[in-house]
Amino acid sequence: MAGLRLERIRPRGLTPVDLDVPAGGLALVSGPSGSGKSLLLRAVADLDPHEGEAWVDGVARSSLPAPEWRRRVGLLPAESHWWADQVGAHFPPRADAAGELLPLLERLGFGPEVLDWSVGRLSTGERQRLALARLLANRPEALLLDEATANLDPVNQARVEAIVTDYAKANAAAVLWVSHDPEQRQRLGGRRLVIRDGRLEDEP
Amino acid sequence: MSLISLGPWDLGLAAALVLLLAAMSWRLHLGVERRVLIAAARSTVQLILLGLVLEVLFAQTSLPLIGLLALVMLLVAGWEVRARQKRRYAGGWGLGIGTLSMFLSSFSVTLLALTVIIRVEPWYQPQYLIPLLGMLLGNTMSGIAVALDGLTRSAWDARGRIEARLLLGADWDGAIADIRREALRSGLIPIVNAMATAGVVSLPGMMTGQILAGSPPLEAAKYQLMILFLIAAGTGLGSVAAVWIGSRRLFDERHRLRLDRLA
Repeated sequence: MAGLRLERIRPRGLTPVDLDVPAGGLALVSGPSGSGKSLLLRAVADLDPHEGEAWVDGVARSSLPAPEWRRRVGLLPAESHWWADQVGAHFPPRADAAGELLPLLERLGFGPEVLDWSVGRLSTGERQRLALARLLANRPEALLLDEATANLDPVNQARVEAIVTDYAKANAAAVLWVSHDPEQRQRLGGRRLVIRDGRLEDEP
Repeated sequence: MSLISLGPWDLGLAAALVLLLAAMSWRLHLGVERRVLIAAARSTVQLILLGLVLEVLFAQTSLPLIGLLALVMLLVAGWEVRARQKRRYAGGWGLGIGTLSMFLSSFSVTLLALTVIIRVEPWYQPQYLIPLLGMLLGNTMSGIAVALDGLTRSAWDARGRIEARLLLGADWDGAIADIRREALRSGLIPIVNAMATAGVVSLPGMMTGQILAGSPPLEAAKYQLMILFLIAAGTGLGSVAAVWIGSRRLFDERHRLRLDRLA
């Protein structure tokens, strides 16, 4: 049993959620703002107290220490936050060792010098793309994306979509993606879900 | 040299100056005259009461009574630490964290001073114990209040930053380490500054008192030094304890930031 499985995950204001996202599969979640999409992702990442259990690649969340779980199931929040002055300080110490970080940054439209940039001079869109790079440098086994392209122009939107789908394919990672944009949901394919009246259901 | 006793008239003259201050506040529309008068009245009642209580205590040297007074002092200090927080811990923790860390630091340092440094016989002789404990409590109280306030305030403001680190796989300790360091530093700065300027800018209170009471200035200076060192150690110990317990309390066993534990 691989992929991401949720069993009776119950964030505040939602009825318990059961969901199976197979390895390498994609599930898109939409719903009106305030309907609890972000809360659902936060619950899966175990950031808020709630009931329920989750598995990634067959490993139960309760059997892992929370930090280990969050490394494996990477959540990209809608708004990125930065705690150090320099961009590079936010990446794992040996992120570059596998030689994957710089190509990733390049695909996102950044040169290697971006690691020396100060966070203060980044635009919202740059922050959003770098937050994705920061997350993928952790090599998560499943991805939880909250409006990952909300502040991006079409070019960068396409870049991010391609990177995520390639990453999912290459690593057989399950992706749970909250997206507002109907065209994007159309483009990406995958299973389409919607939160309606506090209930997560398949989009008709 | 003998002690010159203060009569009611002498005190009244000093009190008249405070009345003058209140009048000035009223005239200049500063709006603090009520608070000045209330504070002056409070200090009068509190200090006279303390004087009376100490007279009784000194006459008896009874451990239970001294313990009771020490407990009251500790609880009032804990209350004060809680009152100085903008974001308080909910439930018993609000009072508990400050009180426990002051107990750990002030009581242990006072005990050390009485038994090892000054070697008073018996160790609980109130003439030494109460003033020492009072000074330690008063100062660790300020340090702990500042440090805890800094911790909870920054944690509240930096929720996104802390959670960003948690999301990338940091444990609670790593996610709040920089905030905790900053909070501790701010708690320690006042006592460090006080040590650095002692005797140059200000004549410390204890030394002043001993000199007024007729002690040779050098003896008074030695006592003052000891007290400064004890206060520095006590403040450091207390702040570390408070900030450690406090930051631990901000997270649960699943390393989630629990700001709902702040009221």
